Amino acid sequence: MLRYAGRRVAAAVLVAFGVTLATFLLMHLEPGDPARAVLGIRATPTAVAALRRQWGLDSSVPVQLGHFLSQLVRGDLGQSYIYNVPATSLIGSRIGQTGALVAVATVFAVVITLPLSALAASRKNGAADHAVRALSVVGLALPAFWFGIVLIEIFAVHLHLLPVGGAGSGLGGRLEALVLPGLTASFAMAPILVRSLRVGMLDVMDAEFVAVARAKGLGELRVLFSHVARNALVPTVTLLGLNIAYLIGSTVIVEQVFNLNGLGSLLLSSILNRDFPVVQAATLVLGAGVVLLNLATDLLAGRLDPRIRLR
Amino acid sequence: MTTLLDPGSPPVVADRQRRPRSVLLYRARHSPTLMIGVSVTLGLVLTAVLAPVVSPYQPDHQDLYNILSGFSSKHLLGTDELGRDLLSRVIYGARIAMAVAVPAVLLAMAAGLIIGLIAGYFGGGTDQVAIVGMDAVQAFPAVILALALLAVLGPSLRNVVIVIAVALAPGYARVVRAMTLAAKQNQYVEAELSLGVSTTRLTAYHLLPNIAPPLFILIAMDMPSAIAIEAGLAFLGLGVPPPSPDWGALLADGFTYVLISPWAILAASLALIVVTVGFTMLGEALRDVLDPKLSGVRGVSRLMPRAR
Repeated sequence: MLRYAGRRVAAAVLVAFGVTLATFLLMHLEPGDPARAVLGIRATPTAVAALRRQWGLDSSVPVQLGHFLSQLVRGDLGQSYIYNVPATSLIGSRIGQTGALVAVATVFAVVITLPLSALAASRKNGAADHAVRALSVVGLALPAFWFGIVLIEIFAVHLHLLPVGGAGSGLGGRLEALVLPGLTASFAMAPILVRSLRVGMLDVMDAEFVAVARAKGLGELRVLFSHVARNALVPTVTLLGLNIAYLIGSTVIVEQVFNLNGLGSLLLSSILNRDFPVVQAATLVLGAGVVLLNLATDLLAGRLDPRIRLR
Repeated sequence: MTTLLDPGSPPVVADRQRRPRSVLLYRARHSPTLMIGVSVTLGLVLTAVLAPVVSPYQPDHQDLYNILSGFSSKHLLGTDELGRDLLSRVIYGARIAMAVAVPAVLLAMAAGLIIGLIAGYFGGGTDQVAIVGMDAVQAFPAVILALALLAVLGPSLRNVVIVIAVALAPGYARVVRAMTLAAKQNQYVEAELSLGVSTTRLTAYHLLPNIAPPLFILIAMDMPSAIAIEAGLAFLGLGVPPPSPDWGALLADGFTYVLISPWAILAASLALIVVTVGFTMLGEALRDVLDPKLSGVRGVSRLMPRAR
């Protein structure tokens, strides 16, 4: 396990470094001058030059990269051009919202997909199977925010059961406010999960130990839940890891639909404000989040199924 | 996973090398999924090309007496907040969808093909660098990568195409790399190499034909992804700039006025559903027709587990 974990961590560190480098280059190969953008076209060249010096934009790109990296290891992601506060404090105030949304969406995704894929797999080529697969194609077709709009329409506007948007207050209110966004984000991932899990379960159902369980005279439900589902757990965890990037991407849009102040809306508003240090920091944190969650699911899958560690 | 509408299992051919053309045709003719997929694709292309002929109005023609109206004989799908005919906007939206998705996917494929071939063919350190690079790009969710790139490039049709291509390219590079590695194992490749054949010739005559079928499938599967990413960007206000009648922007505007009239959302989502389902069916059918061995293997594109 230790060797396996070591390999995975090393790979993750390498990718995280790639992510860091990519975000840095992205922001620094940009043709416009952020100092000029902030000060406006009427600013004097002296003022622009002074601001460039203050932000360290007058040195060469390799020097800036070195500076950026040395700041990064000290946990400093730079200063916001617009709010003039550290980017880390902006991110710190937003990350909880996005984290909660991702967690709630993951739970919903598992709760939705496990029964649906079990149903489809146990009735292979039956009506239920076709229905589930057709639904998953339609689900794949629609952008994440579409479900959000429909859910708001039904549960918030017509039934008045849940809030239309916003973060809510108090623990109950906050959880209540996460139900619709969580569902919306999980719908973005559920079709992919259902399609892959169905295949995974079909594979397990063909296995000999399932035939043995049936031959012992176990009921079909018992076979499904204590033999098939347990073995489908590993592919579920792996698939969740693979689709984490997709889920985190959808939160940007979901936060916009439900008016949540998370990392995604921070990223979007910084882009519109051309606040590059914050764009860079938010992109980096989101990318690193994906790498970390991928690593976590890898390790979990290795823990659940010793065979994986040997690969 | 076979197809959505299972056409019954097509005859499986054991030896890929001796696959008569007629078998492909047989499978194609007996696949309703393929027929539906092809019809939708053709329909989209025709709609885009013939938009001025088939749409009742110009996409930016304003009927200010009928704002946010529902179904009427004048406006079959109603009008938006500026009195523009929604049916016409959805029809012209097909042009935007094609103008974004086709070049984005082709660009992604071209880039992925080059990177994947180089990584798979040379292997070793080159391969490792390529893999870390692809992992780094894929660590960014497609929408976030596109947003960050658009922050730098600024929103325009060309830039939206570029950012979607960047987000999709690693998928192609992975498939091409894996196929190249597999194709290199074949004895005929060794034979060619021992004959001293050039890399170009080897690639063109032996590697590419092996790689092509899965690429076609990936292209069909990625078209709706590209359209969906564009719709998402447009929803965030960073897609193809207005007043282009793009489907994502239609949804975004419709969302603003959803309490008054749901018609914009209905119209745009209908278009998105038809196109995505059509392309997905095309992709699945192509997979069943071109390579029955692949069906049942976990899908392609983002359904594909990452090579680790």
